[in-house]
Amino acid sequence: MSEFGLRLAISLTQIAAVMGIVVVTVLLLTLAERKVLGWMQDRMGPMEVGPYGILQPFADAIKLFFKEDIIPAGANKFLFTLAPILCLIPAFIGFAVIPWGPNWTIEVGGITVKPFVISDINIGILYILAFASIGAYGIILGGWASNSKYSLLGGLRSAAQIISYELNVGLSIIGVIILTGSLSLVKITDAQAGWFWNWYLFALPAPQIFAFVVFVISSVAETNRVPFDLPEAESELVAGFFTEYSGLRFAFFFLAEYANMVLVSCVAAALFLGGWNAPYPGTILELLGAPSLAWVENIMWFAVKAYSFLFLFFWLRATLPRLRYDQLMKFGWKVMLPIALANIVVTSIAVFITQ
Amino acid sequence: MAHLFFGYFAGMIAITSVLVVALRNPVYSALSLLVMFFHVAGLYVTLHAEFLAAVQVIVYAGAILVLYLFVVMLLNVKRDDRYHSQWRIAAFICIPLSIEFLVLLSGDFGAAHREPASLPVEPLASDNTLAIGQTLFSTYLFPFEVASLILLVAMVGAIVLAKRDISENEAKNMNRVSGAQ
Repeated sequence: MSEFGLRLAISLTQIAAVMGIVVVTVLLLTLAERKVLGWMQDRMGPMEVGPYGILQPFADAIKLFFKEDIIPAGANKFLFTLAPILCLIPAFIGFAVIPWGPNWTIEVGGITVKPFVISDINIGILYILAFASIGAYGIILGGWASNSKYSLLGGLRSAAQIISYELNVGLSIIGVIILTGSLSLVKITDAQAGWFWNWYLFALPAPQIFAFVVFVISSVAETNRVPFDLPEAESELVAGFFTEYSGLRFAFFFLAEYANMVLVSCVAAALFLGGWNAPYPGTILELLGAPSLAWVENIMWFAVKAYSFLFLFFWLRATLPRLRYDQLMKFGWKVMLPIALANIVVTSIAVFITQ
Repeated sequence: MAHLFFGYFAGMIAITSVLVVALRNPVYSALSLLVMFFHVAGLYVTLHAEFLAAVQVIVYAGAILVLYLFVVMLLNVKRDDRYHSQWRIAAFICIPLSIEFLVLLSGDFGAAHREPASLPVEPLASDNTLAIGQTLFSTYLFPFEVASLILLVAMVGAIVLAKRDISENEAKNMNRVSGAQ
């Protein structure tokens, strides 16, 4: 029983660490987004709270905590309360299968622990897709339970959008799965070790460039970000599905959106850009005679890749106007889907010939 | 431990399935169906069929049920009792089914006496996904292709049914536009 207790304690520590990192990243992102958008639009961004406004996220968090929590009179109280939670849990649960660093094992009190992998289940990527699809329920139910036409329209738009683009996300990663022969994110990342041309974005026999583009565009759509933010289009729907939400429940939706952004960035980095692998074989720290510190370099690379994606999200927001609803659907079904399907066929043929 | 999990999942599946038809609010019905899908997935996990569990959640909970919810919300049927008084049809379907069930349970046809069907792979194999893929594309290739053909036919049928006919005037306009170009 003590071994079980130790195992449980280690797992809980890992979970707490990852949750902490994700929440801190989200806090950073809220500031970074406003700063980056500000600089791109030739203004300063938030400057009031703390030096250069770096304490702004804390001010925002405190404001949201102490705001009055309003439930509209005609709302369905049970679903109105449930929806933000249904949105938040799937956004955080997906991080369980992300490999943050090398697949090492260390001994702690007689049991082996993988410090950088919380759980290596052999359906890793399907697990993430499954929970990502559950996130749609929070949005739809939140829209419906608010008993407001803007919320309902936002929720329905989001449902259609998420279903359409989820399909493209699922199909675009099949090429990578064919190349690896495994659904486990740990194995997919391990298979991309070595020089950067071993990353699945460039790897022979079938570079997944098209799949990567489809994945990135579809994941922007799936996280409801500009230019696909129709569920919360402020010029048409006030604030979309969370129009009626305030205070902490609003913060939950907000947190879920940013956590989803972090999650898709991590998945994109792990699937297409080699995850924690450096663009060169091995690590520099290992060559310098500190192989026990090589994980620092690996995690740094993972962070660099993930943050580049997050920067891309801000960049798109500052650059592109919002799509119209029919354009969104047409683009998803008539452009993205055929490209993803063609990529599967081409990859399969290439793998079949070279094997 | 395994029995405990099975008991929990099976009990929840039974309760939520009854709730799906017993609840008056269709949105609550859809939600209890969602809970049921999750527990079915949990049952698959206890059987070491992780792939099936993930597919169960992705396909049923992630896609099909979202569409149900979509329709329920668009129609906005609140406490509609029309579909709650179909006793005759329900009895017509349920009585033969329950008789069949009782016969199967009491008679000699029970699975306990029969040799279990020979499984091509060990059910507890470590890579469940690989095993399913290999079985599906070798032993059961023909049924698999037939099933996908049926789905394709259904898809084409849905498109044909939902497609708006282009009226003659519109067709003329289109021809004029294309002719002008």
